[in-house]
Amino acid sequence: MAWFALARFARAMITILVVVGFAFIVLRLSGDPALEILSNDAPPEARDAFRSAFGLDQPIWVQFFDYMTRIAAGNLGNSMREGRNALAVVIERIPITLALSVPAFLINVVIGIPAGILAALHRNSLLDRGVMLGAVAGFTIPTFVLGLLLVLVFSVQLGWLPSGGARSWHHAILPVLTLGAGGAAVLARYTRSAMLEVLGQPYIRTAHVKGVPWRLVVYRHALPNAAIPMVTIIGFMLGQLIAGAVLVESVFAWPGVGRLLVASVVSRDLPVVQCVLFLIAVTMVTSNLLVDLLYGLLDPRIRRGGQA
Amino acid sequence: MKGALLLAEGLAKAYPLRGGLFARRSQILAVNGVSVSLNKGETLGLVGESGCGKSTLGRLLLGLEKPDAGCVTFDNEVMPSSKAAAWRRLRARMQLVYQDPLGALDARLSVAEQVGEPLVIHGIGGPAKRKARVLALLALVGLSEQHGARLPHELSGGQRQRVVLARALATSPDLLVCDEPISALDVSIQAQVINLFMDIQQKFGVAMIFISHDLRAIRQISQRIAVMYLGRIVEEGITDDILHAPLHPYTRALVSAVPEVRKPRARRTILAGDPPNPADRPDGCEFHPRCPVAMSTCSNLKPLLLGSGSRGRKVACHLAAANASQPLGAH
Amino acid sequence: MLQQSTSEALTSKPTSTRPRTPLLVHMALAYLAVFVTTAAVAQFIIPYDPAAIDLKARLSPPIGWGGSLAHPFGTDELGRDMLSRLVLSIQMSVSIGLGATGLGAMVGTSLGFIAAHLRGWIEQAILALIDFQATMPFLILALAVLAFIGNSLAVFVCLLALHGWERYARIARSLAISANAQGYASAVRQLGAHPLHVYWRHILPNVAATLIVSMTISFPEIILVESGLSFLGLGVQPPSTSLGAMVGYGRDYLARAPWVLMMPSLVISLMALSVSLIGDWLRDRFDGTLR
Repeated sequence: MAWFALARFARAMITILVVVGFAFIVLRLSGDPALEILSNDAPPEARDAFRSAFGLDQPIWVQFFDYMTRIAAGNLGNSMREGRNALAVVIERIPITLALSVPAFLINVVIGIPAGILAALHRNSLLDRGVMLGAVAGFTIPTFVLGLLLVLVFSVQLGWLPSGGARSWHHAILPVLTLGAGGAAVLARYTRSAMLEVLGQPYIRTAHVKGVPWRLVVYRHALPNAAIPMVTIIGFMLGQLIAGAVLVESVFAWPGVGRLLVASVVSRDLPVVQCVLFLIAVTMVTSNLLVDLLYGLLDPRIRRGGQA
Repeated sequence: MKGALLLAEGLAKAYPLRGGLFARRSQILAVNGVSVSLNKGETLGLVGESGCGKSTLGRLLLGLEKPDAGCVTFDNEVMPSSKAAAWRRLRARMQLVYQDPLGALDARLSVAEQVGEPLVIHGIGGPAKRKARVLALLALVGLSEQHGARLPHELSGGQRQRVVLARALATSPDLLVCDEPISALDVSIQAQVINLFMDIQQKFGVAMIFISHDLRAIRQISQRIAVMYLGRIVEEGITDDILHAPLHPYTRALVSAVPEVRKPRARRTILAGDPPNPADRPDGCEFHPRCPVAMSTCSNLKPLLLGSGSRGRKVACHLAAANASQPLGAH
Repeated sequence: MLQQSTSEALTSKPTSTRPRTPLLVHMALAYLAVFVTTAAVAQFIIPYDPAAIDLKARLSPPIGWGGSLAHPFGTDELGRDMLSRLVLSIQMSVSIGLGATGLGAMVGTSLGFIAAHLRGWIEQAILALIDFQATMPFLILALAVLAFIGNSLAVFVCLLALHGWERYARIARSLAISANAQGYASAVRQLGAHPLHVYWRHILPNVAATLIVSMTISFPEIILVESGLSFLGLGVQPPSTSLGAMVGYGRDYLARAPWVLMMPSLVISLMALSVSLIGDWLRDRFDGTLR
């Protein structure tokens, strides 16, 4: 297990390295931010000063090495727009995003999992079909379309809720609903198929045939075993807490990390974009790592077979 | 040994063995110091238990794998690396026939396309010539044009092996390495396919290395036989000599399992135990733990493959060497 | 009730399940057929030049909301015909989807084959890239690349091609490794074939079915990503238009002319829904494990 954990950890670190390299290459090679940030008629000396202030006049590998060193020191550079530490700019947005994504995640779990279990237990019933149709609709409608639809109904037509901004908890209702619906749909489908898979296993039939009451079979055997694959999808959703809200934040003008990213991309604020990328990479990699380790603990077969 | 078609000296090949995570890394010596020579048009039978390294030896001789030690020369030229274009060109002159013909054929291409593929690969002839050649090859192995239009899974096992053989013969190679070509077939088919191999040998004078665990199959087709045990050749000689006067106790055990050769009333020698783990070889003679006539020397000293008598006979056994050195009529 | 569902859950042969709402599947298939056909013949069916501005007919509603036959789907803020723009948007989205899917399959398959063929550290590097691609949310990567490299259509298609390449790479690599380990591929190599011959003529045809299934999954996903990016204003740029770009544009007229936004939204959602329904139906029919 120690070796398994170590191997997974090494892979996670490599992935983060690739992310940093990717971010660096794409963002640095693609143009001259000095021309973007300063107006076109800024004197050349001002541009040069700008470039040397941000180290943009150095050879690319020097810039990369500097960047790596700075990351190791926890310093990700200053935002070109705001002139403040980019990490600080990003970090102050995290709670704003979490204020959307955590309640949405709770909705996912509270609605998605029971709906999936019920659908699986009543396979092919009207309930099953209803849940599945709802689930398919829920995750095939793009989030930005769903969000705008809700705005149209609840803000424009009914006038009940604000259409954008983040001034009060009223403002959070529509974005949370939008985020929650899609996730709940995915989770319901996933839960249903995990349950069906387990219910089809011979040991479930055996338990049932041996005379164990069906309710007990479900609680004691089916649910715990179906929970193992669920770890993957729930871990993925936790990793998406920050990254998953880009479109929804844009629709509802919610000033979180996603909106910051879009704004920074538009204004080519390189340090902030890299910072967001890095932050998202760390959360995704960490959640994947935790899922892998948890999986290894829950299911010994994975631990033995998966270390090659 | 000038003029030999294929010459291999001191071949060795080890495969690393995946052990536990913190365990010592060990390896399997699949082939351990083997020398082989084969003349044009000659057939050498290679016999031994499964796992004795005979298939690995076949792959080494074809240059499919790089030996850890020793070297292979084909027609007086050193075998190129299997990544080189020269190696690929050499395939027109040496071919492999597989144990599992279904696995060796692409399930999605017709038989005729696959038989003609070596011609395409080596750029031999134009489309019309290739087509005629494919028909001739199919006829040679006893298949019709209709068979050529089929897919591999639509043929029987024996027919598939004929297809593989036809494909191997497409470029008129000088050497065929046949790796257990009949062991996957029904017993009733085996004889037919053996006969086919013998026909081809006579018609084309192609040299063959015929690998099998079954001495019965090998004795009909081979001029010479080499017996392998745990990565080494323990006895080698002309087929008749090996069959009628086996010197090595292991060969004797193998021969005694062939009913038609066994002398009347002779007891069948049954070997005790399994072949030892190739990753953990016994000291001295590899065969001594199972040998019915092992002496004390055998557990310490490794016997060398030495010439014994005339007609190219060689044997690696202390006892056989001792018997041979005794003056005639001493007993 | 519980007892009955039990017996159903326990009989896990697909034959025992009643055909699940084939009507919906038929509708989904019909919708997709219309969708793709529209894209193919777009130039011949549009009633108006989609760029033609008619300020007198600004924001005229579609039929059913008081609109006229002249503009059955209404007009936008500049009086441009919605139907024509919608048809062209569909064409754009489908073209981008097809191009990106094909390109992604090509790149991914090639990398998978390269990894399987060369092994060693090159394989490890490709595996690290696959890990990276699978770990990072695609939208985030796309955002980063797009705004910095620019907005030409070619760049956009190439970028979207990165979506899903790691799936093809994984599949191609594992199938090629298993083909190489024993069997027909090594047999052909042993005939003296160049590795390219082996991959092109033998391994690719043998893995094509799996890859094509992957492509049918990728195609709608790419259209959705394209829509999302175009909605943010970072994808297809005016004067070109795509479904997502239309939604983004219509957002400004949400209160006054909701149809500008609703039409393309409906088209995208129905497309994704149809693909999903058909996919589920196929899986239920062909997969014995009833997922």
